[in-house]
Amino acid sequence: MDTKRTTFNNRLLPYLLLAPQLIITLVFFIWPAAQAFKSSVEREDPFGFSTVFVGLDHYRRLLTDPNYLDALWRTGIFAVAVTVLSMGLGLAFAAAVDRVTRSSRIYTTFLVWPYAVAPVIAGVLWWFLFNSSTGILPFYLSKFGIRWDHDLNGTHAMILIIIAAAWKQISYNFLFFLAGLQSVPHALMEAAAIDGSGPVKRFFTIALPLLSPTTFFLFIINVNYAMFDTFPIIDATTTGGPAQSTTTLVYKVYQDGFVGLNLGSSSAQSVLLMLIVMVLTFVQFRYVERRVQY
Amino acid sequence: MASIDVEHVSKIYTGGVRAVTDVNLTIADGQFIVLVGPSGCGKSTLLRMIAGLETISEGQVKIGDRVVNKIEPAERDIAMVFQNYALYPHMTVRQNLEYGLKNRKTPKAEIDARVNEAARMLEIGQYLDRKPRALSGGQRQRVAMGRAIVRKPAVFLFDEPLSNLDAKLRVSMRGEIKRLQRRLGTTSIYVTHDQLEAMTLADKLVVLNGGRIEQIGAPLEVYHAPASTFVASFIGSPAMNLVKGELHGDKLAIGPAMIDLQGYTPASGTVTVGVRAEDLRIARADEESLPFRLDYAEELGAQRLIHGLVGDQPITAAVSPEMELLPEMRIAVDIRRLHFFSFETGKRIPGHVPAEAKLAPPEPVL
Repeated sequence: MDTKRTTFNNRLLPYLLLAPQLIITLVFFIWPAAQAFKSSVEREDPFGFSTVFVGLDHYRRLLTDPNYLDALWRTGIFAVAVTVLSMGLGLAFAAAVDRVTRSSRIYTTFLVWPYAVAPVIAGVLWWFLFNSSTGILPFYLSKFGIRWDHDLNGTHAMILIIIAAAWKQISYNFLFFLAGLQSVPHALMEAAAIDGSGPVKRFFTIALPLLSPTTFFLFIINVNYAMFDTFPIIDATTTGGPAQSTTTLVYKVYQDGFVGLNLGSSSAQSVLLMLIVMVLTFVQFRYVERRVQY
Repeated sequence: MASIDVEHVSKIYTGGVRAVTDVNLTIADGQFIVLVGPSGCGKSTLLRMIAGLETISEGQVKIGDRVVNKIEPAERDIAMVFQNYALYPHMTVRQNLEYGLKNRKTPKAEIDARVNEAARMLEIGQYLDRKPRALSGGQRQRVAMGRAIVRKPAVFLFDEPLSNLDAKLRVSMRGEIKRLQRRLGTTSIYVTHDQLEAMTLADKLVVLNGGRIEQIGAPLEVYHAPASTFVASFIGSPAMNLVKGELHGDKLAIGPAMIDLQGYTPASGTVTVGVRAEDLRIARADEESLPFRLDYAEELGAQRLIHGLVGDQPITAAVSPEMELLPEMRIAVDIRRLHFFSFETGKRIPGHVPAEAKLAPPEPVL
């Protein structure tokens, strides 16, 4: 690494320059996290008059609570489905646009648009499309004998939020995959063509392996997105129902804390979520540094 | 093994830009052809058309007896070595070599045999399990060549394969490419902008300029009888001196000096006169000579290049380093070594000074 080293004459100056970022991090990230941890080991009465220290009671109770374990499992399914769907389609679109030489910028612009749509709007949009009495999609599905009703059918509700969440993320994945594909050296593809490899085979044996750093980065980003950033979509469409069938971990934090006012348990759930993020990030860095480079 | 016929081939890009214009070229089986020219002369485009990486706008290309215009690169029975090697970075050297063979469903035993043979020939056996990024430039170059060799194609195509290497390595790899090609006897087309590389490698040299062929010939033919002022100035280092001269009968006037061509009258009026630096020498007192005003000298060790002016026209001469340098000198020229070109078109004016012409005795050996 030949990073340029800067030397400061004043010892305080570097800290001063870092201060704005450090203060923001402390006030908006570290402090709330500490608060969450503190209240996760306390129990507060409903009116906020008294607080009792309860140790790890909340955690113990959560990890034996079938509702919580269900939400955990559901979140896993949701995250995997959203990630696979949005990455798969993003890659497919990117590969298609990469092959188009003319007007590829127009396609790119159109494909990026959904990303600009606010999550709530994206949720409502699909909610309308899938609305069991007025939506266009249930109308067509009925021709195949499917009675679509995400207000009553938990599986339908889950499919709805998966589609809405994935749809919004396709743009993001598309952009990264397109940039990745375009940075694959042209000569490599030509060499492979001369080596007797057809377009499809070239894509899978040359382009895709070279995209592996992008793919892995997107995998982590998408899993994180699906687990933590999909609250608005769920809140705008199913509000976690029916019968909690679309209550993911994040949504449960909100419901237990802000609706149910069980602040202790809600805090404990946020701390667990934080741990999951940390594990994911850790895995990402270890894995990216080891395997994905070539 | 195959011959290649390029017939009236042109490349016209959308927008009407002509990269290659009406190229005709016949390459015999086993021949080593070098396409040489400045950047943008269309040499790479021509090679890529033969490879099938660019479509052929006009004309046709035949490899062996087949017209390959509409045939995919993979089906043309060619292998190509790219300028930046184009090794697959995520595969080991062995996988790089095997890739083309696996795509062609070659039996495993055959693949192993060919890979080992190529690795032995190129001395890359100990790197077979490494990834390209763990190799030096020269080793990558060898792997790139290995990838071409294992396929046993009818034609090798080289697209400036040595331009990313340092000067010393380039010279040794040049020798290796030549040796390898001799040994395998595979028809080869090699593209370069380096005239020295072109001279040393080619059985037949093709000089391109502005998308057209300027001259085709054996390296020494091209060197000794350049077809145009462009070829004259492009092939050979230092470049051939080209000066403006006036012909009156068999008298040639260059600036203030007059040269007697002893009965030879290639043309009349204004011509471009070419003479190579090594065909000039410092004149003895008693012979016909040109006044030369020294500007500066370059030491090459075995030779010294002196740059200066004859009249107001720049001239470079290669002289022995033992000769004394003076600000004003006289240089002599062997008139049989003069080249005449049309002043208007730059084309060579054919013909030679008759061999029986009376010449000054050659310079004594130092």
